[in-house]
Amino acid sequence: MSRTVFSVFLGILLTAAGAFAAEPIKIGALFAVTGPAAFLGEPERNTAQMVVDEINKGGGIKGRKLELVVYDTQGDSTKAVQAATRLIKEDNVVAIIGPSTTGDSMAVIPVVEKAKIPMVSCAAGMKITDPVKKWVFKTAQNDTLAVEKIYEHLKKRKVSRVAILTVSDSFGSSGREQLKAQAAKFGIQILVDDTYGPKDTDMTSQLTKVRGTQAEALICWGTNPGPAVIARNAKQLGLKMPLYMSHGVSSKKFIELAGDAAEGIMIPSGRVIVADLLPKSDKQKKSLMAFVKDYQNHYRKEGDHFGGHAWDAVMLLKGAIEKGGATPDGIRNQLEKTRNFAGIGGIFNYSPADHAGLTKDAFVLVEIKKGDWVLVK
Amino acid sequence: MEFAQQLLQYLVSGFSTGAIYALIGLGFAIIYNATGIINFAQGEFVMLGGMLTLFFLNVARFGMIPSIILAILVATLCGVVFNRLAIKPLKKPSPLNLVIITIGGSILMRGLAMLIWDKDTHAVPAFSGSEPLDLAGATILPQHLWIFGITILAIAGNKFFFYYTISGRAMRACSYNSRAASLVGIAVERMVLFSFLLSSALGAVAGIIVAPLTMTSYDVGVMLGLKGFCAAIIGGMSSGIGTVLGGIILGILEALGAGLISSGYKDAIAFIILLLILFVRPQGLFRKAETERV
Amino acid sequence: MAEGRMRGSAAPNNLYFPLTLTLSLREREFSRQYHLKRELLKFAIFTILVLLLPLAAKEGYILNVLVFVGIHSILAIALNLLLGYAGQISLGHAGFFGLGAYISGVLTATHGQNPWLAMCYAAGAVGILAFVIGFPILKLKGHYLAMATLGLGIIIYILFNETVDLTGGPSGLSGIPNLTLGTLTFDNDLKNYYLVWTFTLVAILLAVNLANSRIGRALRAIHDSETAARLMGINARFLKVQVFALSALLCSVAGSLYAHVMTFVAPASFGFNFSVELVTMVIIGGLGSIYGSVLGAAILTLLPELLRAFQDYDIIIYGLILILMTMFLPGGLVSMAPVFMSLLRGRRKQPGGAHAEA
Repeated sequence: MSRTVFSVFLGILLTAAGAFAAEPIKIGALFAVTGPAAFLGEPERNTAQMVVDEINKGGGIKGRKLELVVYDTQGDSTKAVQAATRLIKEDNVVAIIGPSTTGDSMAVIPVVEKAKIPMVSCAAGMKITDPVKKWVFKTAQNDTLAVEKIYEHLKKRKVSRVAILTVSDSFGSSGREQLKAQAAKFGIQILVDDTYGPKDTDMTSQLTKVRGTQAEALICWGTNPGPAVIARNAKQLGLKMPLYMSHGVSSKKFIELAGDAAEGIMIPSGRVIVADLLPKSDKQKKSLMAFVKDYQNHYRKEGDHFGGHAWDAVMLLKGAIEKGGATPDGIRNQLEKTRNFAGIGGIFNYSPADHAGLTKDAFVLVEIKKGDWVLVK
Repeated sequence: MEFAQQLLQYLVSGFSTGAIYALIGLGFAIIYNATGIINFAQGEFVMLGGMLTLFFLNVARFGMIPSIILAILVATLCGVVFNRLAIKPLKKPSPLNLVIITIGGSILMRGLAMLIWDKDTHAVPAFSGSEPLDLAGATILPQHLWIFGITILAIAGNKFFFYYTISGRAMRACSYNSRAASLVGIAVERMVLFSFLLSSALGAVAGIIVAPLTMTSYDVGVMLGLKGFCAAIIGGMSSGIGTVLGGIILGILEALGAGLISSGYKDAIAFIILLLILFVRPQGLFRKAETERV
Repeated sequence: MAEGRMRGSAAPNNLYFPLTLTLSLREREFSRQYHLKRELLKFAIFTILVLLLPLAAKEGYILNVLVFVGIHSILAIALNLLLGYAGQISLGHAGFFGLGAYISGVLTATHGQNPWLAMCYAAGAVGILAFVIGFPILKLKGHYLAMATLGLGIIIYILFNETVDLTGGPSGLSGIPNLTLGTLTFDNDLKNYYLVWTFTLVAILLAVNLANSRIGRALRAIHDSETAARLMGINARFLKVQVFALSALLCSVAGSLYAHVMTFVAPASFGFNFSVELVTMVIIGGLGSIYGSVLGAAILTLLPELLRAFQDYDIIIYGLILILMTMFLPGGLVSMAPVFMSLLRGRRKQPGGAHAEA
C-alpha cells in the first residue's frame, strides 16, 4: 500500500516538474474503511479509486487529472472531523466525497459548511439533506424511499399488521424512524417494534415474540450479518409470514450467508444487483453495466450498491467540474443544477430545495428465488 | 398454552446460546486458574477457530475434518506463540500490565486476521444439516446438539485432566500457590504455557462449532469473548461446572430479556446482572468466599 | 519500598525516603519548597509552550488536532489520578466522558440551556453518579474491577444508543451550540484551542496539587499496599471513591467541551475502544505522571495522523505499540526522561539518592 502512496507521490512530483502539465484537481474522500462500518467504506473507497483512475486514463477533466485523497474515519465522528479538517486545510481539496455513515456525515457538516467546500455524502440518513444545507449533497437513497417501496407492496397484498426488527446502529435506527413515520400514511399498524445488536448471534427470542402476535409480515432493517441470522432463525422457528429486508443487504453476500433461508425474502434495492435483468430502455442500464463490469475487473468481486454511492458521487463531481470549473463555488452551483443524471443509485435531479435528488423509482423490489434475484412487478 | 410455548422457546434459545458462552468462558477460567491472568485475547482464538476452518475448507480445499483439526492446531500454535513472545518475557507483571498486553494482543490478532482474510462475514456449513428439530413446540438446530455435546465433553475432560492427571494436578497446585508449587518441583513456567495451549485450543474448538450458527468474521471474537468472560465471572472462574452454569444463566437471561422486556437493552440487562453479582458475590455464584491474602 | 515511588515526575516526595527522615525539620521544609518550586517552574514552562504552540501550527489542520489533544489530555489526567495514583483500573471511563458530552448536548441543543450551566450540571450529575457507584465498584480488585468498569461503560454506551428520543440514537445528536463568553463565540480552531487548553492547564494544576498533597501521598500508599495504608489510619475505600468521583467529574467536563467543540455527538465515540485508548494514553505516558498523560494523549491523538500512510495496517501497529510498550517500557515514556536528562546534562553526575528526579 505504502508503495502505491509513494508512487502516487512520485507521480505528483513528476507532473509538477513537467512545466506543461496542469496541476491535478484534488478531491477528498472520507470513508469508514476499517471499523464496524467497513462494509460500507471498503467498496466505496475501491469504487471511488477505480472511477478516478478510469477518468485519468481517459485524459482527466479538460486535460487536468483528478487526484483522490482518501482518509479512513473508522466510523468515528471525532476522526471524521479531524480528517475533514485535514482535507480542507492541508490538502486543499475542492470537494469531498463521503463520509460513509450518517453519524460521520452529521459530524462533518458543520466543518464543510464553515469552510464552504461542497460535500457529497454517501450515507443514507434523511437528516443529512433535510433541512437542506448549502454545501451538502448526498447520493445514497433516503431510507424513506425504501420504506415506501415496501409499504406499497404490503398495501397491494392487503397486509396491514406488521412487525419490525431493526439493528441498533445508525442504519437501523434511521430505518426504524422512517418505518414508524410512514406507517400511518399507508394504513399500516406496527405490532412489534424490536431491535437487535449489530453483533448479535441469535435472534430467536425476538422472532418468537413476533410469532406470538397477529403480525402478518416481518420487516427487518439491517446490514450483514444480522439479517442473515434472522432469516436462518425464522426458518428454524418455522415462521410463516413474508419477510422483507432493507436495501442494506442487497448483495449476493446476503444470499451466500443466509443460504436456503434466503428463499422468498423480498428486498427494496437499487437497480445495481439486477442490472442484467433490466430492459434496454432503462435509462440507468448503461451506467450500471459499466460499473458492474469495471468493478468485477478491478477487484474480482461483485460491485454492490454501496460502491455505487461512491460511483455516483465521483461522476456527479466530474459533471459539475466540467461545467463549472474546479472551484468549490463552481462545483456547488453546478451540482445543484444537476438534472437527469442516470447513475447507480437512481436518476438524480438536484435543486435548491432538494439535495438528495432521488425519488422512490430509485428502488425496485426484488425477491430471492433459487439463490438469485427476481424482479417483483 | 401460547405463552407457555413461547417461554419454552426462550428457555431453549437461551440454553443454546448459553452453552456457547460457557464453552468460551471455560478458556478464560483455565488460564486464570493456572496463572491468575485474564486473557482478554481469548475471544480472538474463537475467531481464529472459525476463520481458519473456513480458510482450510475454502482456500486450501481440505475436507471438513482435516480442516477442523488443522484449524485447532494453528490456533493453538498462535496461543503458544503469544504466550512465549508477549507474556513470558514480562518480569513480575502487574494485573494492569497483563490486562493491557492481552488487549494489545487481541487487537493485533484481529488486525492480522483482517489483513490476511478480509472484513466480510462468512458462512460456515453446519456439521449435520440445518433441519430444525422439534422439542415439544420449541425448535433447535442439529448444530446446537453438537454444542451441547462438545461442552459436556469439555467439562468432563477438564475434570479428568485437573483431578486425575499429574499435569492437571500440577496446574492446580500452581493456581493455589505458584511459589510453593515451584518449591515442590513443579515447572511453573511450563504449566503456564500448557494452560495457554489448552485454552487456545478450547477457544478454537468453541469458535469452530459455533461458526455454523453465528457465522464468522475477523471481529466476531470481541462480543463472544466478552460474553464468555461474563459467564466465567458469574461462575466464579471455575474451570468446570460453575462456568457452564454461568454461561447458561447468562444465555437464558438474555433470551428472556430480549423476549419479555426489551431487545435493545438485552446486553445491558446481562451486564447489570454481572455488576450485581460482582457487588454481592465477587467470588461468583457458586463458590465459597476466599479470605484475602495480604 | 521507595523504588516504586521514584518513577514519575510528580512522585518524588522526600517525606517518603528513609534517608530524609533523618533530616531536620528545617531541611525538610526547605526540600519541600524546592520541590514546589520545581513543580511551578515546570508548569510555567509548559504554559508558555501551550500559549506559543498555535504560532507554530498556524491555521493548519494540526491546530484542530491539538484541540482534541487538549480534550484527551484532560481525560488521560483524570484516568491517571485513578490508575496511576490510586492504582485502580477503569475500562469504562469513556462512559463518563460520553455522559458529560450527552448531558451538555441534550440540555443545550434540545432544551436551550446555557452551555456553561449545562457543563456544571453535567459535571455535578456525573460526579454524584460515580460517587454512588464507586462504593460497590471499588470494593472489587484487579481483574474483577476491570470487568465491572467495562460492564458499566457498556451499559452507558447502550443507553446512548437506545434512548433515541433523548439522544438521537446511533446516528447522533447535532445542533449543539458553541460556547460563548460575552460576545466571544468559540467557533474556530484557534479560539477552541485556547478554550480547551485553559481547561487542560487547570486540570494539570489540580492534579499536580492533589498528587503532592496529603491525599496524593495517601493514594500512593493505597497503591503500594492497601492493607498497610489502612493500618496507618487511611480510610482507603472512601479515598478511592472520592478519587473515582473526581476522575469521572473531570471526564464529564472534557465531554462537555468535546460536545461544544464538535457541535455533534454520536455514541460510537464513547465505546469500549475509546476506554482502552484512554488507558493506553496513561500507560504510554507513564503511570503516575501528569505530564506523561499529556504526552500520551498527544501521541495517541496524533498517531492516526502519522499512521495515515499505513492505511489499513494501523490497527496492527496500534496493537504492537500496546504490547511492546508494556514489555519494554512499563514505566511509560516518562521513565525515559531521566536517561534523556542525563544525556542533556552531559556526563555531570546525578545528585545522590535524595533527588531522583524524573
